[in-house]
Amino acid sequence: MSQFVSLAVTQADALKSGLGSVGYGLAAIGPGIGIGYLVGQSVQAMARQPEMAGQVRTTMFLGIAFAEALALIGFVLKFI
Amino acid sequence: MVLAELLPNVNELFEWKGVLFQHTLFELNKTGIMALVSTLICILLFFVGSRKKKMVPTGLQNVAELGYETIEGMVAVEVMGEETGRKWAPFLATLFFWIFFINIWSTVPFIQFPATSRIAIPIYLALQTWVIFIFVGFKHQGIGYIKNSLFPPGVPKALYLLVTPIEFVSKVFVRPFSLAVRLFANMTAGHVLLAIFAIMTSQLIVEHNSGAFQIPLGILPFFALIAMTAFELLVAVLQSYIFTILTAVYVNESIHPEH
Repeated sequence: MSQFVSLAVTQADALKSGLGSVGYGLAAIGPGIGIGYLVGQSVQAMARQPEMAGQVRTTMFLGIAFAEALALIGFVLKFI
Repeated sequence: MVLAELLPNVNELFEWKGVLFQHTLFELNKTGIMALVSTLICILLFFVGSRKKKMVPTGLQNVAELGYETIEGMVAVEVMGEETGRKWAPFLATLFFWIFFINIWSTVPFIQFPATSRIAIPIYLALQTWVIFIFVGFKHQGIGYIKNSLFPPGVPKALYLLVTPIEFVSKVFVRPFSLAVRLFANMTAGHVLLAIFAIMTSQLIVEHNSGAFQIPLGILPFFALIAMTAFELLVAVLQSYIFTILTAVYVNESIHPEH
């Protein structure tokens, strides 16, 4: 009997960790789209106005940091 | 399933036994020794590089000057402006080169372990940045720093209901958290990726348990291993650059609130 209980517990643990991975995958969709769009637009801006490239790059990294924070929170939630 | 049985627990990639000064307060394992060695390399590079200053730089002085000027130009002056940038450039250059020399161990042969993939070092760095930008904010704006950062000017009054909690959570929790976790997660993921491709290559080419036909299959993970090592080099530089530029942006926001 007890071995069935322990088997159920291990399977529940495995399911939980698997669900965490799926959750991280879901959390990465939004920031992925956002960062792609953001970098694409920044490249366009740099190509159109090369003299502003430095400022655009700085703002781009700041925007990436904001968008990426969501994916990072998802990454940590997997380990909790 | 087969691969999962081959792999030991992933923690074995990251946990090291103490090597020096065992069972004392100063016990050092591989991670701690690597951090100390990186610090020494950093100090030596800039100490030797600036000892005999020549008008036309040669050798190590060239490397040190080029590295410092890159950070000064691309990060400090670019983000903070001419005057503040030159003042903060030494701190930012120190930050960049320390993180860089720790990250780059992930691709050095026979060591191949970035010490930043243990969370302690990123957390220390993020807390340092956090304390510095809040301290600088209070130093330059006095008690008005709270008002400027929680109630940004130029926002309609009704929106403060929404903006103030977001700004508070962002400044107090999300900034240090995302700084630490970004560095940690990137280096950890890279290290695990390299380890997996190395194990696959070794199993297919060196061991080939279930037959010699596995050897040609091993070429694929081997080239992936080489490509990923090159990618890790890029990640090591990029992550230290991003950490430095975000520190510069946060400190600059505390010094010049209107921008």
